[in-house]
Amino acid sequence: MEFERREAPLWRSQASVSSMMLQVLAALVPAALAHVWFFGPGLILNLLVAAIFATAGEALVMRLRGRPPGPALLDYSALVTAALLAFALPSLTPWWVTATGSLFAVLVAKHLYGGLGFNIFNPAMAGYVVVLISFPADLSLWVAPRMGDLDYQYLTMLETLRFTLTGNLPDALTFDAVTRATPLDAMKAGLGNMMTIEEIRANPIMGDFGGRGWEWIGNFLAVGGIWLLIRGIIRWHIPVAMLAGLLIPATVLYLLDPGAHPGPGFHLFSGATILGAFFIATDPVSAATSPRGRLIYGFGIGFLTWCIRHWGSYADGVAFAVLLMNMAVPALDLVTKPRIIGHTGRGGTP
Amino acid sequence: MTAPTIDLGALPGGLRLRGHKTAATASPIVDVPIPAQLVIPLEQHVGEPAQPLVAPGDRVRRGQLIATTERALGAPVHASSSGTVVAIEPWPVSRRLGDPAPCIVIECDGRDEAIPGTASFNVETATRDALLQHIIDGGIVGLGGAVFPTAQKLMQARGNRVDMLILNGVECEPYISCDDMLMQSRADAVVGGATILMLATGVEHCVIAIESDKPAAIAAVARAIAETADDRVVLKQVPTIYPSGGEDQLVLIVANREVPSGGLPTDAGCLVQNVGTAAAVYDWIVRGEPLIARITTVTGDGVAAPVNVRARIGTQVADIIAFAGGYTDDATHLVIGGPLTGKSVSTDRVPLVKASNCILVTSAPVEAGPELPCIRCGYCAEVCPVQLLPQQLYWYAGADDESRLRAHGLTDCIECGCCDLVCPSHIPLTADFRAAKGRIRELEDEKARAERARRRFEARSERLERERLEREAELARQKDSAKRAGPEAIAAILRRKRQDDGDR
Repeated sequence: MEFERREAPLWRSQASVSSMMLQVLAALVPAALAHVWFFGPGLILNLLVAAIFATAGEALVMRLRGRPPGPALLDYSALVTAALLAFALPSLTPWWVTATGSLFAVLVAKHLYGGLGFNIFNPAMAGYVVVLISFPADLSLWVAPRMGDLDYQYLTMLETLRFTLTGNLPDALTFDAVTRATPLDAMKAGLGNMMTIEEIRANPIMGDFGGRGWEWIGNFLAVGGIWLLIRGIIRWHIPVAMLAGLLIPATVLYLLDPGAHPGPGFHLFSGATILGAFFIATDPVSAATSPRGRLIYGFGIGFLTWCIRHWGSYADGVAFAVLLMNMAVPALDLVTKPRIIGHTGRGGTP
Repeated sequence: MTAPTIDLGALPGGLRLRGHKTAATASPIVDVPIPAQLVIPLEQHVGEPAQPLVAPGDRVRRGQLIATTERALGAPVHASSSGTVVAIEPWPVSRRLGDPAPCIVIECDGRDEAIPGTASFNVETATRDALLQHIIDGGIVGLGGAVFPTAQKLMQARGNRVDMLILNGVECEPYISCDDMLMQSRADAVVGGATILMLATGVEHCVIAIESDKPAAIAAVARAIAETADDRVVLKQVPTIYPSGGEDQLVLIVANREVPSGGLPTDAGCLVQNVGTAAAVYDWIVRGEPLIARITTVTGDGVAAPVNVRARIGTQVADIIAFAGGYTDDATHLVIGGPLTGKSVSTDRVPLVKASNCILVTSAPVEAGPELPCIRCGYCAEVCPVQLLPQQLYWYAGADDESRLRAHGLTDCIECGCCDLVCPSHIPLTADFRAAKGRIRELEDEKARAERARRRFEARSERLERERLEREAELARQKDSAKRAGPEAIAAILRRKRQDDGDR
C-alpha cells in the first residue's frame, strides 16, 4: 500500500492566532459593557468606526501587496488593534479622528513594517499617539460617569451618534456642559494648582481609588486579563512587571508625602494602567520574548508611565511608555537570550 | 529492593502529551511468523553501510553474518532466518522515507535453521577487549531509534571518565510502548544486560530510568534488580514529560549534568543505553542470539488491532500490519517511529530494521489551519528542552544567516518537535530547522572541499617553486665550478661535448 508522506512532527498545534485574538477580544467584553454603562454608547461607536477602517485598511494593504486578504482578516489582529484604540479614545470622538488612528495603526505602524509579526511598534498605541498629538482638543472630550448621585448632563444615544458623525453637539449644549476632566487630568491640574491630594479627591468624579466608574472598568479589565492568564494566552511577566514599575515609585513617593502625591491605588485604577498591563503591553509581536526580557520590558513600561505622569505634560503615559519600550525590544531580546543547555557562558557560543 | 526515587534534575521546557499507549499494551507481545521474504538493508545504523558477504544464490542460515564493515562506525548484519539470497538490490527503506537503498533479499525456507552454535561466550573469563569485540560481532546497535553501534559507545565510555551507566526506559514519545512491554516481560534480561555493560566498561553505577506512566514496568524492573541483589543498579522514576527520553535530556534529569554542546553523554561522564539494547546485549552474550529480531509497537487508528510484536529484522511492514489485523479504512499515513520524530514513509514495502521501534498508521492528521507569520508569542521557547529561541532561529533560518543560526544554537536543536506542537501560527519550525542544518552542513562540506583544494594548490606551488630554486642553484653551482676550474677545464668540457655530438 502507498502512503502520503509528511515531514515530522506529524502533529501541529490546535491553537491558532485567530483563536488567541478572539479570546483577547472576548476578555475585553465585560469591561466594554461597564464602559457603556458608565460612559454611554460612545465606546461602541468608536469601536465600530475603528473596526471598519482597520479592516478596510488591512484588506486594502493586502491587495496592494498582492496577497489574499482573507487569511489576514481572519486572524482578527486588525480587530484587536481597533478594539484597543477604541478603548484608548474618549467616549466622544468624531469619526475622522478614530479613522485616522485606525488607518495609521494598520497602514503605517503595522504594514509598512511588513504586517502581522513584523511590526516594531504596537499598532494601536502608534495610532493613538498620532491622533493624540494631531487632535489634542478632540482627545479631551471625556464625558462624566453616569453615577446616580451626579447631576451632569448626558448625551442620548442619538446625540452621541450625531456627534460621532458630525462633531457637533446639540444646539443647547456646550462641551463644558457634557465633558469632564478625567481623574488623571484633574489630579495633574490640581497638583499644578498647588492643591493637596485631599482637596483634589474632593472632586465628585473621584472614587475610592481612582475615578468613579473608571474603577469598575478597571476591575472588569483585570478580570479579563486574569482570564487570559489562566487560558495561557498571555504570560504573567509583563503585567506584573509593568504594575511593579508603576506602583513601586508611586508607593515610595506616596509614603514620603501622602499630601502631595497620589497613592498607588490611584495610579492603578486611573488611565490605561490595567488595560496597558494586560492587553496592550502583552501584545507579543512588539514585546520582548524571553522571560527576563519581558520582565525588563514590562517594568520599563510601568516606570516610564510613572515618569510621564509625574513629570510629563501628558496626564497619562502608557501609550508613550509602550512605544518607547518597543524600541528597546531588539536589544532586550539580544541581551536576555537564555543560556542554551550544554553551552557555557550566557547565550551564544560554547 | 531499591525504591524508585525522584531526586532528579529538572528538564526545562517539554510537553505533557497524551500517551496513546494503552491500545497496544493491553495484550502481551506476540511473535510475527517468519515471512516468505526478508529484506535486510545494508545500512541500518549510523555510519558506513555494511558490505555484503553473500551473493545471490547463496544459502544462508539464521544468525549467519551476511554483511559487515571494517569502518569504525558500523555494525555487522546477520541473516534473520534461513533461506536463499535471491537478490542484492535497491529496495524501499524507512531511512530514506520509502525511497530505495541497497538490501539483501532472502527467500526464506521456513525452517529457520540456525548456524551451528557459536560456543557460548564466557563473560567471567573474557577480557574487556574480547567482550567489546564480541558485542560488535553480535551486530548490536542502539535500539532506541538512533541505532548508534553499541560497542562504539562503550569504547567512548572507556576513553572518557564515565562513572554512570543510564539505561533509558523512558520511552516518552506517544504511541510507542515496545520498551515498556519489554521491561514488563523481560526485566531480567534488561538488568542482566546492565551487568554486562558495566563489566564491559568498568562503570560501577547504573541507573535504570523509567517514565512514571509505566508502573508495571517499574515494578518488574524493581523485582529483577532485587533478585540480582546488585546494589550498583538503582531504579529511578522520571516524570512523564516529552522529551525526557532524549539522551542529553535524560542525562540532565538523572545525573543533573549538561552534555556539552556538540558533545556526547560520555563527555558528561554518562553512558546512555536503551533498555532494549541492554536486553539485546544479554541475549547475544548469554544466549548467543545476534540481533536478528526486535520488539516493535504496531499502533495508531489506522491499524485494526494495535499490539506489540516481536518480528525478524527484514520483515516487511506490510506483513507485520497484516498480522496485526490489517489496516482500517482511516489509514492514510505510515510512520516508522513515533508521531513526533518518526519517519513518514511512502510505502509499506519497507522492511523492519534495528531502528524501527514503532509502526504507526494514522488517519490524516487534523489540519490546524494555514501557516501564518510568527507573532513572537514565545510559546516555542517555553517548551524547548534545550532552551533555544525557536522564534529567533526561524527568523535567521528564513534569512539564511549562518553565523546567527550558530550563535543561537541551531546545531543544538534535537528536533523533538515541541515547538511545532505549540506554535499558534502553525509554522513547521522543526522542518525549517532540519533544512537549515542541512544547508549549514553543505556549507561546511563546501568549505572543507575548498580548504583541501587550497592546500593542494599551495603544496603544488610550493613544490614548483622549490624545484625552480633547486634548478637555479644547480645551474649556478655548475657555472661557478666551471669558472673556478679555469679555461683548461672549459676546453676539456667542450671537447667532451663535441665528441658526444660526433658519436651521435
